Amino acid sequence: MAERITMETIQNIGILAKLELSQEEAQKAREEMQKMLDYVEKLKELDTDNIEPMSHIFPVFNVFREDVVTNTNEREAMLANAPKEQDGQFVVPKTIGES
Amino acid sequence: MAKQYETVIGLEVHIELSTKTKIFCGCSTAFGKEANTQVCPVCAGMPGALPVLNRQVLRSALAMGLALGCKVNQLCKFDRKNYFYPDNPQNYQISQLYLPICHDGALEIVGGFGKKQVRIHEMHMEEDAGKLIHDDWSDSSLADFNRSGVPLLEIVSEPDMRSAEEVTAYLEQLRKIAQYLGVSDCRLQEGSMRADVNLSVRELGSTEFGTRTEMKNLNSFKAIAHAIEGERERQIELLEEGKAVIQETRRWDDNKESSKPMRSKEDAKDYRYFPDPDLVPIRIPDAWIEEVRREQPEFAGQRAARYQQEYGFSAADAALLTEYKNLADIFEKAVQLAAPAKKAANWLTGETFRIARERGLALEKIALLPLDLVNFLAEVEKGNLNNQAAKKVFEAMLAENREPLVYMEEQQLRTVRDSGLLERIAQKVLEENPTAVKEFLDGKEKVFGFLVGNVMKEMRGKAAPDEVRAVLLEKLK
Repeated sequence: MAERITMETIQNIGILAKLELSQEEAQKAREEMQKMLDYVEKLKELDTDNIEPMSHIFPVFNVFREDVVTNTNEREAMLANAPKEQDGQFVVPKTIGES
Repeated sequence: MAKQYETVIGLEVHIELSTKTKIFCGCSTAFGKEANTQVCPVCAGMPGALPVLNRQVLRSALAMGLALGCKVNQLCKFDRKNYFYPDNPQNYQISQLYLPICHDGALEIVGGFGKKQVRIHEMHMEEDAGKLIHDDWSDSSLADFNRSGVPLLEIVSEPDMRSAEEVTAYLEQLRKIAQYLGVSDCRLQEGSMRADVNLSVRELGSTEFGTRTEMKNLNSFKAIAHAIEGERERQIELLEEGKAVIQETRRWDDNKESSKPMRSKEDAKDYRYFPDPDLVPIRIPDAWIEEVRREQPEFAGQRAARYQQEYGFSAADAALLTEYKNLADIFEKAVQLAAPAKKAANWLTGETFRIARERGLALEKIALLPLDLVNFLAEVEKGNLNNQAAKKVFEAMLAENREPLVYMEEQQLRTVRDSGLLERIAQKVLEENPTAVKEFLDGKEKVFGFLVGNVMKEMRGKAAPDEVRAVLLEKLK
């Protein structure tokens, strides 16, 4: 049996993801997440001893771009959806010292 | 007897790579451009945008890692570090946690403490965040994402350093390696090199580590030294009072010369890393590693050893001359153009360092033309510039990019070789200063300098001092 998802876990995940969940939503999330864990639990039945851990779902490696500037000034387009703009910059809530 | 404490320090150093474009998109990394003019959907974190790794970032990372004696993870990949902060438009930073490109290296440092190895735990590639400008008068900040996505290398050391002096030596050594490789200019003041200091104290002789704190916002070697001293004292004081050191991140305030804990929620450290599905893994074949290894440049230490051998410089002089790659390069090219090695080296260290300090110039940005240096040294050699005039010309070359031959004519600094004029002026000075002449003849030799000075003044500084001395002595006989 997989580790039980508690209401505390759900609350913590909510804080980390900056989500406010109602009591019902939290309950529903708890149940669904538990189901996901139970489902993944099934994989433990497989023998994975000699299998390299998967790092990507596609077997594709080494996709690069050259170090050449291809983009130009698109400030207007970039700011078009900003909730608030000032002097060509995004206005955001003041936050100092965390990061 | 009072307890003796030992400071234990490990560093997390961020180096901004000097690539032309950002790590995952084709936006320019040019510094100082108008806000948000070098931003695209990728580095602004727009949904659906697809990042692709800049090949040069991988190459620079490999070169740096090999120079640090690291092992290479030949399968490496990127992970997402999740956190919310307005300078981070994606709400995650693309970094490397599980398979960083390099690990287990070492850097040798030398100083008053002797010689020691600082082990490198790991080095990884990641992207920089944007810049926030805070307005004192409002409750909002302004975000500029020109820097968002600029490539960084984070180099994490083991807790092997014991003093601010060792930390400074370590940072200087990293800077030198990066500059010789040409991967970064590593300027603390401009933020192209940033150091977070992890520090704990323990009783001397103990093998257990104490609880450590992490200090951020250190923008100069002075700030780093002061922060280390301050944090050491603070922790010792707590221990002496029987209190515990709390593991936390502290922000150094350069103006107040003190640190205070950063506001952080208990959950702040839970970054919920997971592999970035937008970026495919990297397989690094042996051939790539070999190629980068073959192309490694001659580093500062090797060059200093060669200078000692080729030019007979002392170890200290050779070390000073190779401190900045650009200065050592100027030196070599000037010598190839037949400049006298010892003199070229002297001007490129002593006077160059002094002028840079006084005029606030970045030594790594000095771009003196080797040919200008050759011409300048030839003028000095020919006696066309006396000591003072030479300093003036050299300063103009360094700080204002002036061409020495043009500048010395324009400023009329060429030594005047008119013996008739010198004779007349010397005669005039002696006649105007009978007391000094008498004192000199009575054996008070110090007065001679005064007489020389007066002649120089009349000649507006353009006479050759040895000629002035000779003429005066002749007349005083």
